[in-house]
Amino acid sequence: MATPIPLRVLEGHARAYRHTWRGTTIGAIATPVLFLTAMGLGLGQLVDDRGTGALGELSYLAWLTPGLLAASAMQAGAADGTFPVLAGTRWVKTYHTAVASPVRPRDLHLGNLLWAAIRISVIGVVFVVVAAAFGAVPLHRGLLALGPAVLTGVAFCAALSAGVVLLLRDQFLAGLNRFVVVPLFLFSGTFFPVEQLPPAAGAIARALPLWHGVELTRALALGTSPALAWPVHLGVVVALLVAGVVAGTVTFDRRLRP
Amino acid sequence: MPPVVEARALTKRFGTFTAVDGIDVEVARGEAFGFLGPNGAGKTSAMRMIGAASPVTDGHLRVLGMDPETHGAEIRARLGVVPQEDALDQELTVAENLAIYGRYFDLPRAVIRERIDELLEFVQLSERRRQRVDPLSGGMKRRVVIARALINDPEVMLLDEPTTGLDPQARHVLWDRLFQLQQRGITLLLTTHYMDEAEQLCDRLVVMDAGRIVAEGGPSALIAAHATREVVELRLGPEADAPASVALLEGTGHRVEALPDRILVYADDGDALVREVHARGLQPTAVLTRRATLEDVFLRLTGRALVD
Ligand SMILES: Nc1ncnc2c1ncn2[C@@H]1O[C@H](COP(=O)(O)OP(=O)(O)OP(=O)(O)O)[C@@H](O)[C@H]1O
Ligand SMILES: [Mg+2]
Repeated sequence: MATPIPLRVLEGHARAYRHTWRGTTIGAIATPVLFLTAMGLGLGQLVDDRGTGALGELSYLAWLTPGLLAASAMQAGAADGTFPVLAGTRWVKTYHTAVASPVRPRDLHLGNLLWAAIRISVIGVVFVVVAAAFGAVPLHRGLLALGPAVLTGVAFCAALSAGVVLLLRDQFLAGLNRFVVVPLFLFSGTFFPVEQLPPAAGAIARALPLWHGVELTRALALGTSPALAWPVHLGVVVALLVAGVVAGTVTFDRRLRP
Repeated sequence: MPPVVEARALTKRFGTFTAVDGIDVEVARGEAFGFLGPNGAGKTSAMRMIGAASPVTDGHLRVLGMDPETHGAEIRARLGVVPQEDALDQELTVAENLAIYGRYFDLPRAVIRERIDELLEFVQLSERRRQRVDPLSGGMKRRVVIARALINDPEVMLLDEPTTGLDPQARHVLWDRLFQLQQRGITLLLTTHYMDEAEQLCDRLVVMDAGRIVAEGGPSALIAAHATREVVELRLGPEADAPASVALLEGTGHRVEALPDRILVYADDGDALVREVHARGLQPTAVLTRRATLEDVFLRLTGRALVD
């Protein structure tokens, strides 16, 4: 039986990965672990001494860990949705090579997302194991919380790649990181509850998909209920994923089959 | 068996710009067929439609008897494509580039390993198998791309400017490989803006200019039809009066063509013409008599030089 085409693309990623994993994965794992140490343990001491009523009487470390998990997954997904896509369309043009074979543009998009799902899962597992070793989260709860975190990361990857594939210049990249990824990372209920923001900013943060992903991840990690009903949060993240997949099917085709 | 390519009034537009303007092409199995034309003529655009990698805007196209619109993947499975840009993954080894591409065709891994051995042997790069692509020379990279295009054992190869940018020796190595492929029965479709390449490799070719086909035929037939047997190139000194010289040359050959740096005179007998030139009192600084080439055909048909 023929191998589904997106899986052939996935296999290509896996083969290429042997040469690139050092650069991409070590950073993706080290960064959240550094944050966990600095923020969770260092800053956490200060926060805990002041009282953590706003966090539901949890230690700051316990509260922060799932937020960091979801936000790091988003960041990894965003990275996979930008640099490799630009390499494929502009820097190395490997996508142009691929679409001369039976691979279609949409297979590339789907194969990329499968690869992102695997990569984000691996990064997430390492993060959860480290966090559990810190005593920041019970291991089984952390692994459970991986589900929505990975979903969030893949959804961001899908949405970003759908747009980035159309880029004709690189300049946009720095802006994307500075004005989209970093603010999301900081203000989506990752490091502090969105209630701490001014009301207008809080409303914006609640409308952004990452906040919903963070809420789901945190609820599973802590065994609590999320801010809104489960289906609402899940619906927003899944909607982002579906929109990214559908839009990417169109934009990959437009770019790669001129 | 259906022809490899059957195109009628094939058209490609990007927005309002027409890149391929209603071309008719038919390529038979086993042929080596060329698109010759200058930059922007529409060669790549035509090749990409034939390669089922770009939708047809208008007209009729069948590749291996199939419609690229509905059978794109089936067509691409039987083609070997050498794109204008190598697009090799520079970080990976030669073998990995081939293996990843081979998996896109769903070839079994064992088959891929065997073919990589054979193909690297064929393009004389066996000892580079495990080396990264990045440090290879331009000619070697081009050979890797040819090996990559052959991984699925294609019936037809589409080669977009296979030797552009390579030194003469590397070009000859490539021409030799391509000739061998044709001997094996593989149909070759190639684009080029080198007339010597077209003359070397093509049984038949079309000359394209601004999206249209301006001439079609075998290389020697095209030369016979659109140029004389010989061409005399005259270089005049910098202070020479070119228009006056052209007027003086009137009637010496079949046709006189003034280029910025020289004057071409087309004649059946070059030596006789040179004597006539001197007899008329013209004193060129250099005289070269050569055989007519496709370059002259192109100049004749479009009034412009092929490579600028
Ligand atoms: N994707 C595109 N969008 C808009 N215009 C395009 C596109 N691709 C090609 N063109 C235009 O179509 C014309 C023909 O281009 P094409 O690449 O087919 O020419 P070519 O004969 O292959 O030239 P070259 O020898 O430079 O490779 C050019 O004017 C080019 O700018
Ligand atoms: Mg071209």
